Amino acid sequence: MSTAKIPLTKIENPEKTRVVTLTVNGLHYSVETTTRTTLASFLREELRLTGTHIGCAHGVCGACTVMMDGQSVRSCLMFAVQAHGHDILTVEGLSKEGELTPLQACFRAHHALQCGYCTPGFLITLTDFLTHNPDPTEKEVRQALTGNLCRCTGYKNIVDAALDAAKRMRANAEAAA
Amino acid sequence: MKKQFVGTPVERVEDLRLITGKGRFTGDLRPDGSWTAHFLRSPLAHARWSKVDASSAKAMPGVHAVFSFDDLPPYLRDKPFPLLVPNAEIRQPLTFTTLANHEACYVGEPVAVIVADSREIAEDAAELIFVDYEVLGIANDCRDAAKPDAPPAHLSSKNNVAAVMNLNVGDAAKAMSEAPHKLHDTYFQHRGCGQAMEGRAVLAVHDPLNDRLSVWSAAQAPYMVRTIVGAMLGLDDTKLRVVAPDVGGGFGPKGIVYHEEVVVAWLAMELNHPVTWSEDRHEQCTATGQERDQYAEADVAFDDEGRLLAVNVSVIHDIGAYLPWGVITPWIGATTLPGPYVLPNYHMDLTITVTNKVPCVPLRGNGRPQAVFVMERLMDRIAQHLDKDPAAVRELNMIKPEQMPYKVGLTGRDNRPVTYDSGDYPGCQRMALDQANYSTFKERQRKAREEGRYLGIGIGNEVETTGLGPHEGATVRVLSSGKIAVFTGAAAQGQGHATVLTQVAADAFGTDLDQIEVFAADTALFPNGVGTFASRVAVNAGSAVHNASAKLRDQVLQLAADQMGIPSEEIAILAGKVKVKDEAAGRIGDGKPKEIPFAKLLLMSNGIPGYAATGHGNPGLSATDYFSPPQATYSNGTHVVELEVDAETGLVQILRYIVGHDCGKVLNPLIVRGQIQGAVAHGVGNALYESMYYDEHAQPQTNTLEEYLLPAVLDVPAVEIVQMESPTPLNPLGIKGAGESGTIAAAAAIIAAIENALQPFAIKISRCPLQAEHIVDMITRSKLEAQETESSVEA
Repeated sequence: MSTAKIPLTKIENPEKTRVVTLTVNGLHYSVETTTRTTLASFLREELRLTGTHIGCAHGVCGACTVMMDGQSVRSCLMFAVQAHGHDILTVEGLSKEGELTPLQACFRAHHALQCGYCTPGFLITLTDFLTHNPDPTEKEVRQALTGNLCRCTGYKNIVDAALDAAKRMRANAEAAA
Repeated sequence: MKKQFVGTPVERVEDLRLITGKGRFTGDLRPDGSWTAHFLRSPLAHARWSKVDASSAKAMPGVHAVFSFDDLPPYLRDKPFPLLVPNAEIRQPLTFTTLANHEACYVGEPVAVIVADSREIAEDAAELIFVDYEVLGIANDCRDAAKPDAPPAHLSSKNNVAAVMNLNVGDAAKAMSEAPHKLHDTYFQHRGCGQAMEGRAVLAVHDPLNDRLSVWSAAQAPYMVRTIVGAMLGLDDTKLRVVAPDVGGGFGPKGIVYHEEVVVAWLAMELNHPVTWSEDRHEQCTATGQERDQYAEADVAFDDEGRLLAVNVSVIHDIGAYLPWGVITPWIGATTLPGPYVLPNYHMDLTITVTNKVPCVPLRGNGRPQAVFVMERLMDRIAQHLDKDPAAVRELNMIKPEQMPYKVGLTGRDNRPVTYDSGDYPGCQRMALDQANYSTFKERQRKAREEGRYLGIGIGNEVETTGLGPHEGATVRVLSSGKIAVFTGAAAQGQGHATVLTQVAADAFGTDLDQIEVFAADTALFPNGVGTFASRVAVNAGSAVHNASAKLRDQVLQLAADQMGIPSEEIAILAGKVKVKDEAAGRIGDGKPKEIPFAKLLLMSNGIPGYAATGHGNPGLSATDYFSPPQATYSNGTHVVELEVDAETGLVQILRYIVGHDCGKVLNPLIVRGQIQGAVAHGVGNALYESMYYDEHAQPQTNTLEEYLLPAVLDVPAVEIVQMESPTPLNPLGIKGAGESGTIAAAAAIIAAIENALQPFAIKISRCPLQAEHIVDMITRSKLEAQETESSVEA
């Protein structure tokens, strides 16, 4: 019989703090937070924007995806202090004045969500993707979503929603032009 | 013209909040200043210890308390959790203790709990806790663990046999001995983790003003949480409220009650402070129940045509370290095995083995995928042996629609004879095969082979017990706004229950969907519920809403008749009011109203102080119904998969995936199709990717989503769903469950298709999951054997 021992260690005070100043969904914040707080936890705990979810906390599932300066990033793999001075968009900031974006409306129309936990990450990833590729093929949509996991839907309706949203957005752009 | 919502693809009422970031998942509900619990878990599969020294941890700034077993009050130490589903065959009714009592029996079992300002601080503190673990003998592989001389998984046990069970139809031994054809095969199956995107989570708040403990839990069965937390803490339901708010996927593992719910509830009382806990992904892999290994030795006997004469199966099932759900998973598998086929003689014996692994709990399909895998593989073996078409052999054996209701000869988990209520199994298979262009597949396969590509096709049939009792209930009530509220105990984890219940109620009252509000899974709002599992909520809660709505309609019409002075048959209910029917308008007396809005009817029903009661002494417009089905109702499906295997890399590409499906009357096609597509994704994972690996010390090796492979967007095909409706006579809406069919036959069909694709290599596949490396191994071995045969012939 062997005995497994866990070494006793002294840990330096990990609760160092910094003031993080940033923009989230168009609002300016200046908040003191511990340096080891991830951006995901910061948004959820400090700003109480709980629409961003943490699915795996190691960058695989994509549930925590937010936009930083117009690019989708994993907020669980970033510290809040790294977002200092940057512009963040979360799922709460997608619809303006209560009006759903075409992508959000298509998610509903195509039943692209079931439990809805991963959905904010999919919405942000696709919002970023459709900005850069307004007329994607199904294959391109699927490629763009390889970093987002969903356990409920089996993805098909998410892909359909993205393609339909692209179509509606193109029609809107034409109508505006 | 009255709108009809049932049967139409209405958009879900749940979606708006979820797509705008306003969902309310348990982890999102965090009262200001609440503390976080974190669990120190056993790092060893089997160990004991004498002391837990938490003095350094307790001294850390930001830490409020640390508790291990010895620190718990006697009422939490003296008894284990109640067994949820007792069964006379269970020899070792092993259930959790609140915290591990100086012995841990799987990696991940909670040893101590730390309460701190944040999870980060609590995790740091956990590092400072000293436990003098002594490593004990391990029951690892369930086949070894079942042997009499195996080290016991629990020190208190003499062996690892949790139960030995068997069931019989006819006389399988006799039929086997007289049969013209017999085959034998050995199967290995593994299901894996739930991996809901939201892990388990608990928030407990004790409200001293009302002396009531409220527990929010990401649970499939909040009333079960109430039962067990209440039993452990000694709280009546007047003092305990349990809520399942938005829950981020269930799939089975959230359908039991775990240590964390009891401990966090107790902490909130003990510390008189709100306490939260959210599982991380590592805990989901190690500390949340899953379905693991099952081995089956199967014999099949059949006649010259391929007609089944007997099946004899011997199963060893890994139930893990505890039996929170009893032995339900392998038992359901055993009663599922005959599927859509006439099986005159059937014997199954089950050895259910305790191991030093996280407990087995139901996972989407619950034992059924394993059973279907065995039966469908046997069908393919028969077809290969007789050189017949596998679809034809299946159809030959199928129960005909005119044989319905069909008694299988077994007793189901609901203690009722397994009696298929309705369905057209051959018709469903033909429908799926037509959609798959099955008759021309051989030509596609031949052409592909000419190009060096390996195409295969596979079939999987399943019949699923759904809509199990004992009951779900609903109260339907008119609100002061005139809207209709539906209260039910049935919890949702993404299935869209609120939408379908809204549809049912809206139809009953001839109103728009936005006039219905559904309140679910809050024990303070509705007194009784069972839980969400076994594809049972639409059937039970849907029927309860239907029946309660009918009762409330009667109440409303009776009250209106009194007020209008005409018979209730002359009054219609539409769009939030009662209105005299056109043809009866002339019969309304002077001064009597011709129409009355619900809001006003409610005021009348509530009564005027001091006056005689209106509404026949039944104040408030409210009706309740509990629906108890006479037995389970059986949905069925046929999966047909066409795929290509890359013989170099072992990669499988699914080209087409067809599901022929019959779940009776469809309440919302959008939701049913979504359930099937999502369930197939889970089945694809079971067939090709998902596996929890353990090393020789029963240490989990798949602890992140990098190691545990979930099907991603490129792995899951767009499922072509073709539906038929055989309404069940067992409930007023004619509905059957639809939540699991997509998973149940998936692995069987996919593996069959891979085997079919690899015919040139003469490979027989008897396992799942089948990962790419397994395929490459099998092809390599097959080529080597072919070379050896060749060289021995030359020599």
